[in-house]
Amino acid sequence: MREELLGIIEKNSRIDIKELAVLLGREEIEVANELAKLENEGIICGYHTLIDWEKTSIEKVTALIEVKVTPQRGQGFDHIAERIYNYPEVKAVYLISGGYDLLVTLEEKTLREISNFVSDKLSTLDSVLSTATHFILKKYKDHGTILDKKPEDGREVVTP
Amino acid sequence: MKKFLSDKIQTIKPSGIRKFFDIVSEMKDAISLGVGEPDFETPWHIRDEGIYALEKGRTFYTSNAGLKDLRAEIGNYLSRTQGINYDPQSEILVTVGGSEAIDIGLRAIINAGDEVIIPQPSYVSYEPCAVLAGATPVIINLKAENEFRLTAEELEEAITHKTKILILPYPNNPTGAIMGREDLEKIAKVVIEKDILVMSDEIYSALTYKGEHVSIAGIEGMKERTILINGFSKAYAMTGWRLGYACGPKEIIKQMTKIHQFAIMCAPTVSQYAAVEALKHGDEDVKKMRQAYNQRRRFLMNAFREMGLKCFEPYGAFYVFPCIKEFGMTSEEFATRFLEEEHVAAVPGTAFGESGEGFLRISYAYSLPTLKTAMERLNHFVNRLRGA
Repeated sequence: MREELLGIIEKNSRIDIKELAVLLGREEIEVANELAKLENEGIICGYHTLIDWEKTSIEKVTALIEVKVTPQRGQGFDHIAERIYNYPEVKAVYLISGGYDLLVTLEEKTLREISNFVSDKLSTLDSVLSTATHFILKKYKDHGTILDKKPEDGREVVTP
Repeated sequence: MKKFLSDKIQTIKPSGIRKFFDIVSEMKDAISLGVGEPDFETPWHIRDEGIYALEKGRTFYTSNAGLKDLRAEIGNYLSRTQGINYDPQSEILVTVGGSEAIDIGLRAIINAGDEVIIPQPSYVSYEPCAVLAGATPVIINLKAENEFRLTAEELEEAITHKTKILILPYPNNPTGAIMGREDLEKIAKVVIEKDILVMSDEIYSALTYKGEHVSIAGIEGMKERTILINGFSKAYAMTGWRLGYACGPKEIIKQMTKIHQFAIMCAPTVSQYAAVEALKHGDEDVKKMRQAYNQRRRFLMNAFREMGLKCFEPYGAFYVFPCIKEFGMTSEEFATRFLEEEHVAAVPGTAFGESGEGFLRISYAYSLPTLKTAMERLNHFVNRLRGA
Protein backbone atom coordinates (compact mmCIF):
# COMPACT_ATOMS: atom_id res chain seq x y z
CA MET A 1 0.00 0.00 0.00
CA ARG A 2 2.89 2.33 0.82
CA GLU A 3 3.94 3.18 -2.73
CA GLU A 4 0.38 3.66 -3.95
CA LEU A 5 -0.51 5.81 -0.94
CA LEU A 6 2.55 8.02 -1.46
CA GLY A 7 1.66 8.26 -5.14
CA ILE A 8 -1.79 9.61 -4.31
CA ILE A 9 -0.81 12.11 -1.63
CA GLU A 10 2.15 13.36 -3.61
CA LYS A 11 -0.41 14.64 -6.11
CA ASN A 12 -3.13 15.59 -3.65
CA SER A 13 -2.12 16.16 -0.04
CA ARG A 14 -5.56 17.50 0.85
CA ILE A 15 -7.30 14.19 0.37
CA ASP A 16 -8.91 12.97 3.60
CA ILE A 17 -8.31 9.61 5.22
CA LYS A 18 -11.79 8.32 4.43
CA GLU A 19 -11.32 8.87 0.72
CA LEU A 20 -7.78 7.51 0.78
CA ALA A 21 -9.13 4.34 2.37
CA VAL A 22 -11.71 3.98 -0.42
CA LEU A 23 -9.17 4.52 -3.20
CA LEU A 24 -6.73 2.05 -1.68
CA GLY A 25 -9.36 -0.51 -0.76
CA ARG A 26 -8.22 -0.45 2.89
CA GLU A 27 -9.69 0.34 6.29
CA GLU A 28 -9.39 3.94 7.47
CA ILE A 29 -7.46 2.87 10.56
CA GLU A 30 -4.86 1.07 8.44
CA VAL A 31 -4.38 4.15 6.30
CA ALA A 32 -4.15 6.45 9.30
CA ASN A 33 -1.52 4.20 10.88
CA GLU A 34 0.50 4.01 7.69
CA LEU A 35 0.43 7.81 7.34
CA ALA A 36 1.58 8.23 10.92
CA LYS A 37 4.42 5.79 10.29
CA LEU A 38 5.47 7.57 7.12
CA GLU A 39 5.54 10.87 8.99
CA ASN A 40 7.50 9.41 11.90
CA GLU A 41 10.03 7.82 9.62
CA GLY A 42 10.53 11.18 7.95
CA ILE A 43 9.37 9.81 4.59
CA ILE A 44 6.51 12.28 4.45
CA CYS A 45 8.32 15.53 5.20
CA GLY A 46 5.49 18.00 4.76
CA TYR A 47 2.26 18.77 2.95
CA HIS A 48 2.83 21.55 0.46
CA THR A 49 0.78 23.46 -2.03
CA LEU A 50 1.97 24.04 -5.57
CA ILE A 51 1.44 27.73 -6.34
CA ASP A 52 2.01 29.46 -9.64
CA TRP A 53 3.13 32.77 -8.18
CA GLU A 54 3.37 34.32 -11.62
CA LYS A 55 -0.40 34.47 -11.75
CA THR A 56 -0.59 36.51 -8.52
CA SER A 57 0.36 40.16 -8.12
CA ILE A 58 2.98 39.11 -5.61
CA GLU A 59 6.51 39.55 -6.89
CA LYS A 60 8.83 36.57 -6.60
CA VAL A 61 12.16 35.90 -8.20
CA THR A 62 13.66 32.45 -8.22
CA ALA A 63 17.31 31.76 -8.89
CA LEU A 64 19.29 28.58 -9.30
CA ILE A 65 22.83 29.05 -8.05
CA GLU A 66 25.65 26.70 -8.89
CA VAL A 67 28.18 26.69 -6.08
CA LYS A 68 31.71 25.29 -6.15
CA VAL A 69 33.11 24.61 -2.71
CA THR A 70 36.10 23.03 -0.97
CA PRO A 71 34.89 20.05 1.00
CA GLN A 72 36.10 20.06 4.57
CA ARG A 73 38.11 17.34 6.25
CA GLY A 74 35.93 14.95 8.19
CA GLN A 75 32.69 16.63 7.13
CA GLY A 76 32.68 16.47 3.35
CA PHE A 77 30.03 18.75 1.92
CA ASP A 78 27.56 18.41 4.77
CA HIS A 79 28.87 21.25 6.88
CA ILE A 80 28.91 23.84 4.12
CA ALA A 81 25.50 22.63 2.90
CA GLU A 82 24.14 23.24 6.38
CA ARG A 83 25.61 26.73 6.49
CA ILE A 84 23.71 27.47 3.31
CA TYR A 85 20.39 25.75 3.95
CA ASN A 86 19.93 27.43 7.29
CA TYR A 87 19.06 30.66 5.51
CA PRO A 88 15.24 30.71 5.28
CA GLU A 89 15.29 32.31 1.81
CA VAL A 90 17.09 29.21 0.52
CA LYS A 91 14.37 26.85 -0.79
CA ALA A 92 16.49 23.88 -1.73
CA VAL A 93 20.08 22.68 -1.60
CA TYR A 94 21.26 19.65 -3.56
CA LEU A 95 24.69 18.03 -3.79
CA ILE A 96 25.35 17.58 -7.49
CA SER A 97 27.72 15.41 -9.48
CA GLY A 98 29.57 17.00 -12.35
CA GLY A 99 30.84 20.52 -12.99
CA TYR A 100 29.94 22.03 -9.63
CA ASP A 101 29.09 20.85 -6.15
CA LEU A 102 25.94 22.38 -4.73
CA LEU A 103 22.80 23.58 -6.44
CA VAL A 104 20.97 26.18 -4.38
CA THR A 105 17.45 27.37 -5.11
CA LEU A 106 16.73 30.81 -3.80
CA GLU A 107 13.47 32.67 -3.71
CA GLU A 108 13.30 36.42 -3.09
CA LYS A 109 11.14 39.38 -3.92
CA THR A 110 13.62 41.18 -6.17
CA LEU A 111 16.73 40.60 -8.23
CA ARG A 112 18.62 42.92 -5.92
CA GLU A 113 17.85 40.79 -2.90
CA ILE A 114 19.14 37.75 -4.68
CA SER A 115 22.32 39.43 -5.77
CA ASN A 116 22.79 40.73 -2.23
CA PHE A 117 22.43 37.25 -0.87
CA VAL A 118 24.95 35.86 -3.30
CA SER A 119 27.53 38.58 -2.84
CA ASP A 120 27.15 39.19 0.88
CA LYS A 121 26.33 35.82 2.30
CA LEU A 122 27.03 32.97 -0.07
CA SER A 123 30.32 34.05 -1.69
CA THR A 124 31.80 35.14 1.58
CA LEU A 125 31.55 31.72 3.15
CA ASP A 126 35.04 30.33 3.66
CA SER A 127 34.78 27.19 1.62
CA VAL A 128 32.86 28.69 -1.29
CA LEU A 129 35.17 28.95 -4.31
CA SER A 130 32.77 30.37 -6.89
CA THR A 131 29.10 30.83 -7.74
CA ALA A 132 27.07 31.10 -10.95
CA THR A 133 23.55 32.49 -10.65
CA HIS A 134 20.74 31.63 -13.09
CA PHE A 135 17.40 33.40 -12.88
CA ILE A 136 14.25 31.53 -13.75
CA LEU A 137 12.30 33.40 -16.42
CA LYS A 138 9.28 31.14 -16.68
CA LYS A 139 8.13 27.94 -15.07
CA TYR A 140 6.55 25.55 -17.53
CA LYS A 141 6.32 22.51 -15.32
CA ASP A 142 6.92 22.15 -11.62
CA HIS A 143 6.61 19.11 -9.36
CA GLY A 144 5.29 17.07 -12.27
CA THR A 145 2.52 19.52 -13.01
CA ILE A 146 2.30 21.50 -16.24
CA LEU A 147 1.45 24.99 -15.02
CA ASP A 148 -0.08 26.68 -18.00
CA LYS A 149 -2.14 23.98 -19.58
CA LYS A 150 -5.65 23.06 -18.54
CA PRO A 151 -6.43 19.42 -19.18
CA GLU A 152 -8.73 19.03 -22.14
CA ASP A 153 -10.84 16.03 -23.02
CA GLY A 154 -10.31 15.49 -26.70
CA ARG A 155 -12.49 12.41 -26.88
CA GLU A 156 -15.84 11.99 -28.56
CA VAL A 157 -18.45 12.35 -25.82
CA VAL A 158 -20.06 8.91 -26.11
CA THR A 159 -18.41 5.87 -27.69
CA PRO A 160 -19.07 2.15 -27.41
CA MET B 1 -31.83 4.59 -54.11
CA LYS B 2 -32.78 1.89 -51.66
CA LYS B 3 -32.93 -0.76 -54.37
CA PHE B 4 -29.20 -0.39 -54.84
CA LEU B 5 -28.36 -1.13 -51.21
CA SER B 6 -27.29 -4.46 -49.81
CA ASP B 7 -30.13 -6.31 -48.10
CA LYS B 8 -27.78 -7.59 -45.47
CA ILE B 9 -26.46 -4.23 -44.38
CA GLN B 10 -29.99 -2.85 -44.17
CA THR B 11 -30.91 -5.44 -41.56
CA ILE B 12 -28.24 -4.04 -39.27
CA LYS B 13 -29.33 -1.31 -36.86
CA PRO B 14 -27.05 1.65 -36.22
CA SER B 15 -25.55 1.85 -32.74
CA GLY B 16 -28.05 2.98 -30.10
CA ILE B 17 -25.78 5.51 -28.46
CA ARG B 18 -25.99 8.13 -31.18
CA LYS B 19 -28.96 9.79 -29.50
CA PHE B 20 -27.03 10.35 -26.27
CA PHE B 21 -24.11 11.63 -28.23
CA ASP B 22 -26.29 14.30 -29.83
CA ILE B 23 -27.84 15.45 -26.56
CA VAL B 24 -24.52 15.60 -24.68
CA SER B 25 -22.85 17.51 -27.47
CA GLU B 26 -25.39 20.30 -27.07
CA MET B 27 -25.39 20.45 -23.27
CA LYS B 28 -22.90 22.88 -21.77
CA ASP B 29 -22.34 21.50 -18.28
CA ALA B 30 -22.91 17.87 -19.20
CA ILE B 31 -20.60 15.24 -17.79
CA SER B 32 -20.19 12.20 -19.95
CA LEU B 33 -19.44 8.83 -18.40
CA GLY B 34 -20.13 7.28 -21.75
CA VAL B 35 -16.71 7.00 -23.29
CA GLY B 36 -15.19 3.64 -24.12
CA GLU B 37 -11.59 4.76 -24.36
CA PRO B 38 -8.87 5.75 -21.87
CA ASP B 39 -8.72 9.35 -20.68
CA PHE B 40 -4.92 9.16 -20.60
CA GLU B 41 -2.93 10.41 -23.52
CA THR B 42 -0.54 7.93 -25.10
CA PRO B 43 2.63 7.91 -22.95
CA TRP B 44 5.11 10.41 -24.34
CA HIS B 45 7.94 7.99 -25.16
CA ILE B 46 5.53 6.06 -27.39
CA ARG B 47 4.34 9.21 -29.15
CA ASP B 48 7.94 10.29 -29.50
CA GLU B 49 8.74 7.04 -31.29
CA GLY B 50 5.86 7.74 -33.68
CA ILE B 51 7.23 11.22 -34.36
CA TYR B 52 10.69 9.77 -34.88
CA ALA B 53 9.28 7.25 -37.36
CA LEU B 54 7.80 10.15 -39.34
CA GLU B 55 11.07 12.07 -39.22
CA LYS B 56 12.94 9.05 -40.48
CA GLY B 57 10.54 8.84 -43.38
CA ARG B 58 8.84 5.62 -42.33
CA THR B 59 5.91 6.50 -44.51
CA PHE B 60 5.63 3.39 -46.64
CA TYR B 61 3.54 0.22 -46.43
CA THR B 62 4.87 -2.48 -44.18
CA SER B 63 4.53 -6.14 -45.04
CA ASN B 64 0.88 -7.24 -44.97
CA ALA B 65 1.17 -9.09 -41.70
CA GLY B 66 2.95 -6.17 -40.04
CA LEU B 67 6.51 -5.17 -39.13
CA LYS B 68 8.67 -8.14 -38.30
CA ASP B 69 9.94 -6.43 -35.15
CA LEU B 70 6.42 -5.74 -34.00
CA ARG B 71 5.27 -9.29 -34.54
CA ALA B 72 8.32 -10.51 -32.65
CA GLU B 73 7.52 -8.16 -29.75
CA ILE B 74 3.89 -9.30 -29.71
CA GLY B 75 5.17 -12.87 -29.55
CA ASN B 76 7.45 -11.95 -26.64
CA TYR B 77 4.63 -10.18 -24.85
CA LEU B 78 2.25 -13.13 -25.04
CA SER B 79 5.01 -15.47 -24.05
CA ARG B 80 6.00 -13.48 -20.96
CA THR B 81 2.46 -12.57 -19.83
CA GLN B 82 0.52 -15.69 -20.80
CA GLY B 83 3.14 -18.33 -21.41
CA ILE B 84 1.75 -18.88 -24.90
CA ASN B 85 4.24 -19.14 -27.74
CA TYR B 86 3.17 -17.92 -31.15
CA ASP B 87 5.36 -18.02 -34.22
CA PRO B 88 5.70 -14.37 -35.35
CA GLN B 89 6.13 -15.55 -38.94
CA SER B 90 2.93 -17.49 -39.33
CA GLU B 91 0.71 -17.12 -36.28
CA ILE B 92 0.56 -13.35 -35.69
CA LEU B 93 -1.18 -10.71 -37.80
CA VAL B 94 -1.11 -6.97 -37.08
CA THR B 95 -4.48 -5.36 -37.75
CA VAL B 96 -6.19 -1.98 -37.76
CA GLY B 97 -7.38 -2.19 -34.17
CA GLY B 98 -8.92 -5.21 -32.55
CA SER B 99 -12.07 -4.38 -34.53
CA GLU B 100 -10.54 -5.35 -37.85
CA ALA B 101 -9.33 -8.61 -36.33
CA ILE B 102 -12.88 -9.43 -35.23
CA ASP B 103 -14.23 -8.73 -38.71
CA ILE B 104 -11.65 -10.61 -40.74
CA GLY B 105 -11.38 -13.42 -38.20
CA LEU B 106 -15.05 -14.17 -38.72
CA ARG B 107 -14.87 -13.73 -42.47
CA ALA B 108 -11.96 -16.17 -42.65
CA ILE B 109 -13.93 -19.03 -41.14
CA ILE B 110 -17.64 -18.50 -41.77
CA ASN B 111 -19.67 -20.35 -44.39
CA ALA B 112 -23.25 -19.29 -45.01
CA GLY B 113 -25.49 -20.47 -42.20
CA ASP B 114 -22.73 -21.17 -39.68
CA GLU B 115 -23.66 -20.15 -36.19
CA VAL B 116 -21.59 -17.75 -34.13
CA ILE B 117 -22.26 -17.78 -30.40
CA ILE B 118 -22.17 -14.31 -28.88
CA PRO B 119 -22.56 -13.82 -25.14
CA GLN B 120 -24.22 -10.49 -24.33
CA PRO B 121 -24.04 -7.85 -22.94
CA SER B 122 -20.89 -7.33 -24.98
CA TYR B 123 -19.19 -5.02 -27.41
CA VAL B 124 -21.44 -3.81 -30.20
CA SER B 125 -19.57 -5.07 -33.23
CA TYR B 126 -19.64 -8.87 -32.84
CA GLU B 127 -23.19 -9.33 -34.03
CA PRO B 128 -22.98 -7.06 -37.12
CA CYS B 129 -19.62 -8.57 -38.09
CA ALA B 130 -21.07 -12.08 -37.80
CA VAL B 131 -24.08 -11.12 -39.91
CA LEU B 132 -21.93 -9.46 -42.56
CA ALA B 133 -19.75 -12.56 -42.70
CA GLY B 134 -22.88 -14.56 -43.51
CA ALA B 135 -23.27 -16.24 -40.15
CA THR B 136 -26.31 -16.61 -37.93
CA PRO B 137 -25.62 -15.02 -34.56
CA VAL B 138 -26.77 -17.05 -31.57
CA ILE B 139 -27.02 -14.87 -28.49
CA ILE B 140 -26.41 -16.07 -24.96
CA ASN B 141 -27.98 -13.71 -22.44
CA LEU B 142 -25.49 -13.56 -19.59
CA LYS B 143 -26.87 -13.35 -16.09
CA ALA B 144 -26.20 -10.85 -13.36
CA GLU B 145 -26.24 -13.64 -10.75
CA ASN B 146 -23.23 -15.18 -12.50
CA GLU B 147 -21.57 -11.76 -12.47
CA PHE B 148 -21.97 -11.82 -16.26
CA ARG B 149 -19.53 -14.69 -16.69
CA LEU B 150 -20.28 -17.33 -19.28
CA THR B 151 -21.03 -20.73 -17.80
CA ALA B 152 -20.37 -24.11 -19.41
CA GLU B 153 -24.09 -24.94 -19.14
CA GLU B 154 -25.13 -21.82 -21.00
CA LEU B 155 -22.59 -22.56 -23.68
CA GLU B 156 -23.61 -26.18 -24.07
CA GLU B 157 -27.22 -25.19 -24.44
CA ALA B 158 -26.41 -22.76 -27.24
CA ILE B 159 -24.29 -25.15 -29.29
CA THR B 160 -25.88 -26.87 -32.29
CA HIS B 161 -24.35 -28.88 -35.12
CA LYS B 162 -24.08 -25.57 -37.01
CA THR B 163 -21.98 -23.82 -34.37
CA LYS B 164 -18.63 -22.71 -35.74
CA ILE B 165 -17.21 -20.39 -33.14
CA LEU B 166 -17.77 -18.89 -29.72
CA ILE B 167 -16.88 -15.25 -29.14
CA LEU B 168 -15.43 -14.83 -25.68
CA PRO B 169 -15.27 -11.16 -24.69
CA TYR B 170 -13.38 -10.94 -21.39
CA PRO B 171 -12.46 -8.67 -19.62
CA ASN B 172 -15.85 -7.46 -20.70
CA ASN B 173 -17.13 -4.22 -22.10
CA PRO B 174 -19.73 -3.16 -20.79
CA THR B 175 -19.97 -5.21 -17.59
CA GLY B 176 -16.36 -5.20 -16.40
CA ALA B 177 -16.64 -8.95 -15.77
CA ILE B 178 -13.58 -11.19 -15.99
CA MET B 179 -13.21 -14.96 -16.31
CA GLY B 180 -10.70 -16.74 -14.10
CA ARG B 181 -8.72 -19.83 -15.00
CA GLU B 182 -11.28 -22.19 -13.50
CA ASP B 183 -14.14 -20.53 -15.37
CA LEU B 184 -12.18 -20.79 -18.61
CA GLU B 185 -11.22 -24.42 -18.07
CA LYS B 186 -14.89 -25.35 -17.92
CA ILE B 187 -15.59 -23.45 -21.13
CA ALA B 188 -12.55 -25.00 -22.80
CA LYS B 189 -13.78 -28.49 -21.95
CA VAL B 190 -17.08 -27.88 -23.76
CA VAL B 191 -15.37 -26.18 -26.70
CA ILE B 192 -13.02 -29.11 -27.22
CA GLU B 193 -15.73 -31.70 -26.72
CA LYS B 194 -18.03 -30.03 -29.22
CA ASP B 195 -15.14 -29.28 -31.58
CA ILE B 196 -15.75 -25.58 -32.13
CA LEU B 197 -13.47 -22.54 -32.27
CA VAL B 198 -13.11 -19.59 -29.90
CA MET B 199 -12.52 -15.95 -30.75
CA SER B 200 -11.15 -14.51 -27.54
CA ASP B 201 -11.32 -10.71 -27.53
CA GLU B 202 -8.81 -9.73 -24.87
CA ILE B 203 -8.43 -6.05 -25.69
CA TYR B 204 -8.79 -5.17 -21.98
CA SER B 205 -6.40 -7.89 -20.79
CA ALA B 206 -3.94 -5.40 -19.26
CA LEU B 207 -6.71 -3.91 -17.14
CA THR B 208 -7.66 -6.45 -14.51
CA TYR B 209 -7.73 -5.72 -10.81
CA LYS B 210 -7.79 -9.14 -9.19
CA GLY B 211 -4.90 -11.32 -10.21
CA GLU B 212 -3.49 -11.38 -13.71
CA HIS B 213 -5.55 -11.88 -16.83
CA VAL B 214 -5.76 -15.46 -18.07
CA SER B 215 -6.18 -16.19 -21.77
CA ILE B 216 -8.20 -19.20 -22.83
CA ALA B 217 -5.58 -19.80 -25.52
CA GLY B 218 -3.17 -20.78 -22.75
CA ILE B 219 -5.36 -23.63 -21.57
CA GLU B 220 -4.34 -27.06 -22.80
CA GLY B 221 -5.76 -27.96 -26.17
CA MET B 222 -7.04 -24.43 -26.81
CA LYS B 223 -4.23 -22.70 -28.67
CA GLU B 224 -5.02 -24.65 -31.82
CA ARG B 225 -8.69 -23.62 -31.73
CA THR B 226 -8.47 -20.02 -30.53
CA ILE B 227 -8.21 -16.76 -32.41
CA LEU B 228 -6.75 -14.46 -29.77
CA ILE B 229 -7.45 -10.79 -30.36
CA ASN B 230 -5.73 -7.97 -28.57
CA GLY B 231 -4.37 -4.52 -29.29
CA PHE B 232 -2.79 -1.34 -28.08
CA SER B 233 -5.84 0.89 -27.61
CA LYS B 234 -6.77 0.18 -24.02
CA ALA B 235 -3.51 -0.97 -22.45
CA TYR B 236 -1.36 1.86 -23.78
CA ALA B 237 -4.07 4.47 -24.33
CA MET B 238 -3.54 4.31 -28.09
CA THR B 239 -7.09 4.23 -29.45
CA GLY B 240 -6.48 6.75 -32.23
CA TRP B 241 -3.44 4.89 -33.53
CA ARG B 242 -5.74 2.07 -34.69
CA LEU B 243 -3.59 -0.90 -33.96
CA GLY B 244 -4.44 -4.41 -32.87
CA TYR B 245 -3.46 -7.97 -33.61
CA ALA B 246 -4.74 -11.48 -34.00
CA CYS B 247 -2.91 -14.66 -33.09
CA GLY B 248 -4.05 -18.14 -33.92
CA PRO B 249 -3.52 -21.34 -35.88
CA LYS B 250 -1.46 -20.59 -38.97
CA GLU B 251 -4.14 -21.89 -41.34
CA ILE B 252 -6.62 -19.31 -40.02
CA ILE B 253 -4.06 -16.48 -39.80
CA LYS B 254 -3.12 -17.24 -43.40
CA GLN B 255 -6.70 -16.71 -44.59
CA MET B 256 -7.12 -13.63 -42.41
CA THR B 257 -3.93 -12.21 -43.86
CA LYS B 258 -5.41 -12.64 -47.34
CA ILE B 259 -8.50 -10.60 -46.46
CA HIS B 260 -6.33 -8.05 -44.68
CA GLN B 261 -4.02 -7.87 -47.69
CA PHE B 262 -6.82 -7.14 -50.13
CA ALA B 263 -9.03 -4.96 -47.95
CA ILE B 264 -6.51 -3.03 -45.86
CA MET B 265 -3.00 -3.72 -47.21
CA CYS B 266 -1.32 -3.14 -43.84
CA ALA B 267 -1.87 -1.46 -40.49
CA PRO B 268 -0.63 2.16 -40.21
CA THR B 269 3.16 2.15 -40.39
CA VAL B 270 3.83 4.94 -37.90
CA SER B 271 1.54 3.25 -35.38
CA GLN B 272 3.44 0.01 -35.79
CA TYR B 273 6.76 1.67 -34.95
CA ALA B 274 5.20 3.33 -31.91
CA ALA B 275 3.73 -0.01 -30.84
CA VAL B 276 7.17 -1.66 -30.82
CA GLU B 277 8.23 0.98 -28.30
CA ALA B 278 5.06 0.40 -26.27
CA LEU B 279 5.74 -3.33 -25.97
CA LYS B 280 9.43 -2.84 -25.22
CA HIS B 281 9.21 -0.07 -22.64
CA GLY B 282 5.57 0.46 -21.76
CA ASP B 283 5.06 -1.88 -18.78
CA GLU B 284 5.54 0.86 -16.20
CA ASP B 285 2.99 3.12 -17.94
CA VAL B 286 0.45 0.34 -18.00
CA LYS B 287 1.02 -0.29 -14.32
CA LYS B 288 0.45 3.36 -13.46
CA MET B 289 -2.72 3.63 -15.51
CA ARG B 290 -4.04 0.39 -14.08
CA GLN B 291 -3.45 1.71 -10.59
CA ALA B 292 -5.36 4.92 -11.37
CA TYR B 293 -8.27 2.97 -12.90
CA ASN B 294 -8.38 0.69 -9.89
CA GLN B 295 -8.62 3.66 -7.51
CA ARG B 296 -11.50 5.07 -9.51
CA ARG B 297 -13.18 1.67 -9.62
CA ARG B 298 -13.03 1.44 -5.84
CA PHE B 299 -14.33 4.98 -5.57
CA LEU B 300 -17.37 4.18 -7.72
CA MET B 301 -18.13 0.91 -5.96
CA ASN B 302 -18.04 2.76 -2.65
CA ALA B 303 -20.29 5.51 -4.02
CA PHE B 304 -22.83 2.88 -5.17
CA ARG B 305 -22.70 1.19 -1.77
CA GLU B 306 -23.40 4.50 -0.06
CA MET B 307 -26.34 5.17 -2.37
CA GLY B 308 -27.61 1.64 -1.94
CA LEU B 309 -27.33 1.01 -5.65
CA LYS B 310 -26.88 -2.65 -6.51
CA CYS B 311 -23.75 -3.47 -8.46
CA PHE B 312 -21.62 -6.60 -8.60
CA GLU B 313 -17.94 -5.87 -8.19
CA PRO B 314 -16.31 -5.90 -11.62
CA TYR B 315 -12.59 -6.64 -11.83
CA GLY B 316 -11.81 -5.77 -15.42
CA ALA B 317 -11.76 -3.09 -18.13
CA PHE B 318 -12.86 0.39 -17.00
CA TYR B 319 -16.60 -0.05 -16.61
CA VAL B 320 -19.02 -0.65 -13.81
CA PHE B 321 -22.48 -1.95 -14.55
CA PRO B 322 -24.91 -0.98 -11.78
CA CYS B 323 -28.43 -2.40 -11.67
CA ILE B 324 -31.25 0.14 -11.93
CA LYS B 325 -34.17 -2.29 -11.90
CA GLU B 326 -35.50 -0.96 -8.58
CA PHE B 327 -36.65 2.23 -10.33
CA GLY B 328 -39.07 0.46 -12.63
CA MET B 329 -37.72 2.12 -15.74
CA THR B 330 -36.01 0.73 -18.80
CA SER B 331 -32.29 1.40 -19.08
CA GLU B 332 -32.98 3.75 -21.93
CA GLU B 333 -35.55 5.74 -19.92
CA PHE B 334 -33.25 5.90 -16.94
CA ALA B 335 -30.27 7.03 -19.00
CA THR B 336 -32.33 9.60 -20.88
CA ARG B 337 -33.82 11.10 -17.72
CA PHE B 338 -30.46 11.03 -15.94
CA LEU B 339 -29.00 12.98 -18.81
CA GLU B 340 -31.86 15.43 -19.12
CA GLU B 341 -32.37 16.04 -15.42
CA GLU B 342 -28.84 15.75 -14.04
CA HIS B 343 -26.76 16.32 -17.17
CA VAL B 344 -24.77 13.12 -16.84
CA ALA B 345 -24.48 10.72 -19.75
CA ALA B 346 -24.13 7.00 -19.19
CA VAL B 347 -24.86 4.30 -21.74
CA PRO B 348 -27.98 2.13 -21.25
CA GLY B 349 -27.10 -1.54 -20.85
CA THR B 350 -29.35 -2.38 -23.77
CA ALA B 351 -26.89 -0.77 -26.19
CA PHE B 352 -24.88 -3.97 -25.64
CA GLY B 353 -27.69 -6.48 -26.04
CA GLU B 354 -31.14 -7.15 -24.62
CA SER B 355 -29.72 -8.75 -21.51
CA GLY B 356 -28.30 -5.36 -20.60
CA GLU B 357 -31.83 -4.27 -19.74
CA GLY B 358 -31.99 -2.96 -16.20
CA PHE B 359 -28.34 -1.93 -16.17
CA LEU B 360 -26.26 1.10 -16.94
CA ARG B 361 -22.70 1.22 -18.24
CA ILE B 362 -20.63 3.76 -16.37
CA SER B 363 -17.11 4.28 -17.63
CA TYR B 364 -14.38 5.26 -15.21
CA ALA B 365 -12.00 6.49 -17.85
CA TYR B 366 -12.42 9.88 -16.18
CA SER B 367 -10.56 11.87 -13.54
CA LEU B 368 -11.60 11.44 -9.92
CA PRO B 369 -12.97 14.99 -9.62
CA THR B 370 -15.22 14.33 -12.64
CA LEU B 371 -16.38 11.03 -11.18
CA LYS B 372 -17.07 12.74 -7.86
CA THR B 373 -19.32 15.35 -9.40
CA ALA B 374 -21.08 12.68 -11.45
CA MET B 375 -21.70 10.53 -8.37
CA GLU B 376 -23.12 13.52 -6.48
CA ARG B 377 -25.54 14.00 -9.34
CA LEU B 378 -26.39 10.30 -9.48
CA ASN B 379 -27.02 10.29 -5.75
CA HIS B 380 -29.31 13.26 -6.15
CA PHE B 381 -31.16 11.59 -9.01
CA VAL B 382 -31.54 8.26 -7.24
CA ASN B 383 -32.85 9.93 -4.09
CA ARG B 384 -35.38 11.91 -6.06
CA LEU B 385 -36.62 8.78 -7.82
CA ARG B 386 -36.90 6.90 -4.54
CA GLY B 387 -38.71 9.80 -2.89
CA ALA B 388 -41.27 10.02 -5.66
